[in-house]
Amino acid sequence: MDVFAKVKALIVDQLSADEAKVAMEVSFEELDADSLDIVELVMAIEEEFNLEISDEEVENIKTVGDVVRYIENHA
Amino acid sequence: MKLHGVGILGVGSALPANIVTNSDLEKTMDTSDEWIRTRTGICERRIAEAGVNTSDLAVEAAQLAMADAGVEVEEIDLIIVATVTPDVNMPSTACYVQAKLGAVNATAFDINAACTGFIYAMSVGSQFIKTGAYRHVLIIGAEVLSRVVDWSDRSTAILFGDGAGAALLGRAAEGEGILNCKLGSDGNLAHLLYIPAGGVKIPACKETVEERQHFIKMSGNEIFKFAVRAMGEVAAEALKEIGLDKEDMDFLIPHQANHRIIEAARKRFGLPEDRVIVNINRYGNMSAASIPVALDEAIRSGRVKRGDLLVLVGFGAGLTWGAAVVRL
Repeated sequence: MDVFAKVKALIVDQLSADEAKVAMEVSFEELDADSLDIVELVMAIEEEFNLEISDEEVENIKTVGDVVRYIENHA
Repeated sequence: MKLHGVGILGVGSALPANIVTNSDLEKTMDTSDEWIRTRTGICERRIAEAGVNTSDLAVEAAQLAMADAGVEVEEIDLIIVATVTPDVNMPSTACYVQAKLGAVNATAFDINAACTGFIYAMSVGSQFIKTGAYRHVLIIGAEVLSRVVDWSDRSTAILFGDGAGAALLGRAAEGEGILNCKLGSDGNLAHLLYIPAGGVKIPACKETVEERQHFIKMSGNEIFKFAVRAMGEVAAEALKEIGLDKEDMDFLIPHQANHRIIEAARKRFGLPEDRVIVNINRYGNMSAASIPVALDEAIRSGRVKRGDLLVLVGFGAGLTWGAAVVRL
């Protein structure tokens, strides 16, 4: 499974988001995620990909694509 | 040396009468009831009146715990107060509590382990009973956090409340009472939740007051991550060490910092909602008082009963964390 597919599965699970709506350019705001939803999602991503995303870096994450690119650059 | 079992002989709690709702806060800061409820699960909190101090709430809770246990004040050997909001920096709040109670035979000291304080006090107090050094130990979690929160900082001011909870520890039969306590600390993460000034590092002065350095500073997101992971882990370890697992547990009584933390930890731990005690909606985060108040309410309401297996679990500034396994 590629990074996007894994991230998508985590987003659908964590945010109870509609699978069809999860795309690279979609923002977490558009997925109705608040700041704590994003923290929970970050935790799930950290565990799935065995990496650590600092709080400062989380602030730069706005879209699904930001997450995917972060993982591709750090995993 | 023969070791004694340690049990909870009585419980009590004290909450200021003054209720401050989210709608009340809307009037003084840029926030909303909807925002606070969805982010934290808090609807209202108690705020102590001027002149009511941590020791006053602690005394009220302690008297109820002694009455519940049927233990006289002269029989108290030790008083441990867990607090981050002592009446004064010196001496300990426990000494004021001892004086106000008239517990003339008791030794008294404080524990500073923030929101994990009650679990720490339970562990420390238990040791004296276990060895036979003392018969009756009062452990109290008491806080007046409303005086150390920055009411101009909406990210933290909405979270906290005042209150106190107490438990009277004494001897119990083998296999009953406090079966295990597991504690942990990581001082490398102290910066995530602290009050910068007022100690010797940055003594109080005009500038520290102007710069609002005497109030709680918190990195909320980092604490959230830590809390969700730590709570499930330490609860599971505390059970595992004595050959139990979560299926043996009747109720989890978590520290009440944020309902979203409790929910995330509950899901990770794989527990149904009805096995987790929650009262954050009514009190907010009362630091060391949260767990004993929740315990007291759960016992008094009849929700938890004698013979139930409880796991009390907390996390807080330090960072600290801990869990206690109790057969009530």
